[in-house]
Amino acid sequence: MIHINLFEKVGAFAENKDIARSLRLEQIIPALEKNQAVVLDFEHVDAATQSFVHALISDLIRKYGREILDKISFKSCNEKVQKIIMIVSEYMQEGE
Amino acid sequence: MYLPGFPVMLTKYQIPGNIEIYLRNYIKMKIYLPNSAFIGNINPFLKGLDFSDPTRLQITANENWITIHPVVLSLIASLGLLVESGEIDCVTMKAKSAHYLERMGLFRILGIKSGLTITEHESAGRFIPLTQIKNSNELTSFINDMIPLLHLQPAQVDPIRYVISELVRNVIEHAGSKNGAIISAQYYQKSNRISIGIVDTGVGIKKTINQSHLALTDIEAVRLALIPGITGTTKREGGTEYNAGAGLFFIKAIATVNHDFFMIYSGNALYKLLKSGSGKLFADPFSDKYSFEEKLPFFQGTAVGIDISLDDTKEFSSLLELIREVYFKTVRERKKARYKKPNFI
Repeated sequence: MIHINLFEKVGAFAENKDIARSLRLEQIIPALEKNQAVVLDFEHVDAATQSFVHALISDLIRKYGREILDKISFKSCNEKVQKIIMIVSEYMQEGE
Repeated sequence: MYLPGFPVMLTKYQIPGNIEIYLRNYIKMKIYLPNSAFIGNINPFLKGLDFSDPTRLQITANENWITIHPVVLSLIASLGLLVESGEIDCVTMKAKSAHYLERMGLFRILGIKSGLTITEHESAGRFIPLTQIKNSNELTSFINDMIPLLHLQPAQVDPIRYVISELVRNVIEHAGSKNGAIISAQYYQKSNRISIGIVDTGVGIKKTINQSHLALTDIEAVRLALIPGITGTTKREGGTEYNAGAGLFFIKAIATVNHDFFMIYSGNALYKLLKSGSGKLFADPFSDKYSFEEKLPFFQGTAVGIDISLDDTKEFSSLLELIREVYFKTVRERKKARYKKPNFI
């Protein structure tokens, strides 16, 4: 299992999608390829943009299918962050 | 006309003896600052813009009073950045309120002297002066450093930084503007609202959208850009790994549910979300209460203005729930529209 602390990477407002993409390509995908579970820890992240979350997870759903959500856990998300993650995961699955 | 390597507009004349001469054209880009230009009454200001020669700029202003929305300020600064400082002809402003332009950094960004002196004890208010943002890291720093200048309550910060992040990222990623995005913002105590203006002089929305969709007019391009899930980067549902085509829809949604003004001016089109709408979210911006113009002076770029009321700002998480419902329904309907129809004979 790998654990990624988002606050350490992006601060309290997760909006820098370049960082989101780097995390996906350099940490999340390699872990999933090794069949490891991934914990995305949003503790102390106050808000996130849809663009950030899209850059972080949309291609995972497209590439590996919706089942990949079984291997990714979103930890300590507040209500706003949870809703953004729900929006992105829903439109990616509905658009499959 | 322009001659290669000669950056000012020239007019060709033929004089006796069949000799052709080129004289510098005294046509200039012209901006007149009226006594009032906010989103609600911005149309006359936009109609009065003259983009004749993008290498020279003349700025004149109402002599008595000038109050303008940050989108107007950002637009002037964006146009001014296309021009060498020496080619900007700005009248010395007489209106007392012209000090506002100095405080917002207009003359600094244009590289010209205003001729105005700031009264020492004049209140600076709560504002974000004109700022140029060219890349992702500058944007992140801007959000961290500048938003505190507005002295907002934590709950009020959410829509403001969301709007700024998504709009400026749109510019950085899609506009192809060598000057990046120009942003400014102002808090108005009397109406308890924040107004934000973000402008670029890039390729414009029509060119961006037409990379993947068909928009014959600027207003159709603006409409498509506001529909969730439509991006210039791909026709594919869900967008690319980097773009979903949802940023502008989210921003329009913030304005819609709070009954605030929102506008986009690109090419010769203006789309304006009116504040008197029902507050209900629609995927298609033409279903909202709106107005539009499509014969404005052609602006090579995109100007976005928004007002955000702080009195009754809807809880951001409630807003996200509404967005989620509309977004999901829209994707599902688009998917259904692509279904093969059974062939009944």
